[in-house]
Amino acid sequence: MANLTINGKTFTLDVEPDTPLLWAIRENAGLTGTKYGCGIAQCGACTIHIDGVATRSCGVSVSEAAGKKITTIEGLASGNALHKVQEAWIAQDVPQCGYCQSGMIMAVAALLTEKPKPTDADIDEAITNICRCGTFQQVREAIHTIASA
Amino acid sequence: MNKHVSPRLNRRAFVIGTAAVGAGLAIGLDLPFGGPAVVRAADGSPEIGAWVVVRPDDTIVIRIARSEMGQGSLTGLAQLVAEELECDWSKVSTEYPTPGQSVARKRVWGDFSTGGSRGIRSSQDYVRKGGATARVMLIQAAAEAWKVPASECTATNSVITHAPSGKTTTYGKVAEAAAKLTPPADVKLKDPKDWKLIGKGVKRLDTADKTTGAMIYGIDVKLPSMLNAAIKDCPVFGGKVKSFDEAKIAGMKGVKKVVKVGDTAVAVVADTWWQAKTALEALPIVWDEGDNAKVSSESIAKWLSEGLDDAQPAYVGNKNGDAKAAIAAAAKKIEAVYSYPYQNHATMEPMNATALYTADKCEVWCGTQNGEAAFAATLEASGLPAEKCDVHKVMPGGGFGRRGQTDYVRQAVMIAKQMPGTPIKLLWSREEDMAHGRYHPITQCKMTGAFDANNNLVALHYRLSGQSILFSLRPEALQNGMDPAAFQGVAQTGEAAFGYSVPNLLIEHAMRNPHVPPGFWRGVNVNHNAIYMECFMDELAQAAGQDPLEFRRKLMGNHPKHLAVLNAVAEKIGWSTPAPQGVYRGIAQVMGYGSYVAGAAEISVTDGNKIKVHRIVASTDPGYIVNPAQVERQIAGSFVYGLSALFYGGCTVKDGKIEQTNFDTYNSMRINEMPKVESVMVPSGGFWGGVGEPTIGVAAPAVLNAYFAATGKRIRSVPLRDQNITFA
Ligand code: FES
Ligand code: FES
Repeated sequence: MANLTINGKTFTLDVEPDTPLLWAIRENAGLTGTKYGCGIAQCGACTIHIDGVATRSCGVSVSEAAGKKITTIEGLASGNALHKVQEAWIAQDVPQCGYCQSGMIMAVAALLTEKPKPTDADIDEAITNICRCGTFQQVREAIHTIASA
Repeated sequence: MNKHVSPRLNRRAFVIGTAAVGAGLAIGLDLPFGGPAVVRAADGSPEIGAWVVVRPDDTIVIRIARSEMGQGSLTGLAQLVAEELECDWSKVSTEYPTPGQSVARKRVWGDFSTGGSRGIRSSQDYVRKGGATARVMLIQAAAEAWKVPASECTATNSVITHAPSGKTTTYGKVAEAAAKLTPPADVKLKDPKDWKLIGKGVKRLDTADKTTGAMIYGIDVKLPSMLNAAIKDCPVFGGKVKSFDEAKIAGMKGVKKVVKVGDTAVAVVADTWWQAKTALEALPIVWDEGDNAKVSSESIAKWLSEGLDDAQPAYVGNKNGDAKAAIAAAAKKIEAVYSYPYQNHATMEPMNATALYTADKCEVWCGTQNGEAAFAATLEASGLPAEKCDVHKVMPGGGFGRRGQTDYVRQAVMIAKQMPGTPIKLLWSREEDMAHGRYHPITQCKMTGAFDANNNLVALHYRLSGQSILFSLRPEALQNGMDPAAFQGVAQTGEAAFGYSVPNLLIEHAMRNPHVPPGFWRGVNVNHNAIYMECFMDELAQAAGQDPLEFRRKLMGNHPKHLAVLNAVAEKIGWSTPAPQGVYRGIAQVMGYGSYVAGAAEISVTDGNKIKVHRIVASTDPGYIVNPAQVERQIAGSFVYGLSALFYGGCTVKDGKIEQTNFDTYNSMRINEMPKVESVMVPSGGFWGGVGEPTIGVAAPAVLNAYFAATGKRIRSVPLRDQNITFA
């Protein structure tokens, strides 16, 4: 059993303590917006926020996450108001297949909290998610648009 | 279209519930006494022909048979229908018919296959006619109600107007009456110069859910009482399961069953996938690896290299004059050998499918590039007839050619068949995905070019040795044993024609098929053919002491469309003016999938091995462009895919297995490595070429040619990481 606080709600989940947080979120809490791409903290598809910090949830165990504030893509918007990153992604048609974009958006949201006006170098350093469709150009443009708004 | 509806189907039999994941559509059927049948969508709104449903509130649903996988075709196809329909674009949504529904209606939606950059180009004609047919019927219905000639009525933005009387109505109001009309036998399509929506970079129709986590991919499918399966197929291709020791994992949490899947694989079924995967890793499996376990990258390379020898048999794909004689007699000749490795598609979402099997029904939910192929695999694996099977397409997390294959669908059904009544979601681990790809084929190429005393190219011999995709996947498409697709980009004529005129030319393929299964990998044979030919063109230009662009231009006089895109990139990158200090340029062109493309790169190199790609200019002439914003994204995306393969890709074989296991050993480029990609679209009209793939062909050769310009060193094999060359 594990108690997790996800998107402001408490979940009591029947999982082994060493279960990767990714799978507890997807399969036990039923929040499938967070994606599996590699399972070894390489691709970023599973990026969530733990206490506001962008984290690859496949590399964190449920026991390590207990008691912390977990935010997934489903919890990024405030009620019906989309987060500014989601809005920019829609306005600029960033996603192609979209599979990497939950993780990409979570990584960008965390970057913008830390650095509201990131430079290209800041983006290069902070955004290390894989996108096999190759949306990087749109991702970068959308970040700059948000920053200059 | 209504006439295709088999009258023996009653409404109940034809309603196919898909509420579980909301994929596909449910169709009901009215058979009023007298008059043609009205086919209805799930919500009761009438179909106006098979492609269009009009709701009373004027919203429009457009049916899409091809698969969206990120490339944007769903939006482009809807634009094509909407252009002719003259409907209000802001009220358009889309839905997928299922392959089962298509079969039941005699394939009214045509081919579902989405590969070869064919989504739009090979269905544009009949989907536009679908839109035009609906428009004619809607106008006819309004005209009949007003008792005026239909020829006096016009439609725009879903509003029908009878100008002489000033009457207007909307599509939603006349839809019921229109649905009862007999569709016109033929409709006239608009002249391209009158297009309003085609050619516009409208926003995609499927973006919002991809930003909130709401989009359902195959991996996200949930059905009541569903269990999850993890699978391991014999890591040596062609090997079999000898035995496995189920007792060792008995009692592991959540585990429900261990099943053999065909002769080659074992799956564990559990409450959650994580439990299934954990148990599968703990399960001792003994494989019968067979003879293929002796194969390695070295043994494959040796075998392919023997195929470069002229004494070995080869298929001739393109020829004129007598290249061998001209080379023997030439004043000067140069020769080079290139190679290209296996590549994995590594779609962001690993392969998966969910299947529910009962004695009289089998349904599958999956991301697929070919709903009908997935349907055929479901029939075959379940043993049930077509009317008892269906496939519900969900969004795939990338395709790139991998999801045109149906191995994962077959496996899911084979597992579900062993647990009747329980829905099974089969998900491959990334490791399984790396081990069981359908890989970009492996090849080598020996090229010989010969010059006369004035440095004119008089002969070119291009001898390819290596794997044929069609031999493995579509043997019926071979022509007397020859794989015509092996010559993509260097073919004599057709949609992938060679762009140079050489008086003595010989292009041939010594087919050698190792045991590693090949597949259609974005760009397919264009990838290696473009690297070989375009890098060698640079070598030839150098040998002739000429500028690479000028050298090409002289050979392209008879190929104006190839030349036009090459000129377009040369102009945009500023070929005639010097590059910035420390920056070097490379250029390349090729034709594939009916489109002419060219690319130019600007790079700098530090320490001889760290490449920074500053800028890519890419040009395409696909004839017509439906959505330039999406074409631009496909061009940029194709460079990410192509340059990832060039720098980081390459799958190697040891003991018959693929060595790379995940993104740590098969890396993909990141945003910091992304150059600025500038697209130059020069649609010349009159033909329909593909978009998703062609530009990938010029990505690698443009960069490799720039690398030579920067360092004086030729790179003749991929990936660059093997030569200790990396992104800066
Ligand atoms: S799935 Fe976690 S980083 Fe790839
Ligand atoms: S949008 Fe498809 S992987 Fe990023």
